[in-house]
Amino acid sequence: MARQSSRLESKKVNSELLTLTYGALVSQMLRDFENLEEVNKQLERIGYNMGVRLIEDFLSRTNSGRCLDMRETADKIQQAFKMYLNVQPTISNWAAATDEFSLIFDVNPLTEFVELPADVSNLRYCGILCGCIRGALEMVQLEVQCQFVQDQLKGDASTEIRVKFIRRLQDATPAGED
Amino acid sequence: MLVETVFELLHSELVAYTTENKENDLSTLEYLGYSTGYRLIERLTREYPRFKDELDTMKFICTDFWTSIYKKQIDNLRTNHQGIYVLQDNSFRFLNNLSNGSQYLEYAPKFVAFTCGLVRGSLANLGINSTVTAEVHSMPTCKFHIQVNRT
Repeated sequence: MARQSSRLESKKVNSELLTLTYGALVSQMLRDFENLEEVNKQLERIGYNMGVRLIEDFLSRTNSGRCLDMRETADKIQQAFKMYLNVQPTISNWAAATDEFSLIFDVNPLTEFVELPADVSNLRYCGILCGCIRGALEMVQLEVQCQFVQDQLKGDASTEIRVKFIRRLQDATPAGED
Repeated sequence: MLVETVFELLHSELVAYTTENKENDLSTLEYLGYSTGYRLIERLTREYPRFKDELDTMKFICTDFWTSIYKKQIDNLRTNHQGIYVLQDNSFRFLNNLSNGSQYLEYAPKFVAFTCGLVRGSLANLGINSTVTAEVHSMPTCKFHIQVNRT
């Protein structure tokens, strides 16, 4: 073909494809469910399912060992965001007990072409990210709570995800039976 | 950067979500592909000169479009020059990790529906109304049939 393929930057195309596909999913859910809370729940669940599988990919690519404390975990999460979404969240706002931290995003690839209409202002558009973190950490036996405290789509200056350590899951219990 | 991995996971969640309570209805999944393709193509073709004709557009779908999304070109493009195009991909990405042969063949339609929509949506925004179907005999080979609707 005479056209140069180089005109399409593969990386960019792929992240746009992801963004748009995700947008299509969210708008489908808004059609499927009357209730915004239900949409939030479904997005979180989908993220969870992805996280559960993504962690295997992450571990096999990075040869990471087990994290001994939350600081290490936070670094790994940051690394994962860099690898998979090409964004580097800042880690900050550590709680005194170092069991809680924030991931701060200046840009969020999932919301690139997104504007929230006023009637869905309770939608947690990127809920999938929280689900993903939670699912992935659960597979390495860390139970965490994960939620948005700031969101650019709602007019905040940056997007902030708060991750809170709940407990270490025990080795003996097989997944799904606790 | 491994956005593709994330996209693959998201795609399989899309499949699971849209077919959860309706095993044989792939229309939602196809529609998700359609609306994604419709928007994506606008961004993709920004820098391109206008396509000469329909065949030129199809060639674009087979080469640059496919490469940027599925990491490879279409292996074979055939047409009867009357509005029917058959695109064959010998190792279609969404089927690659599923099976090599006929095992799980009954699930194959779920994994190609999104792409049918993606192609249909892209063509629609390039001014070509079409019907896109897929045919899988032995994974991971997949044939996409594009029928241009002229009315």
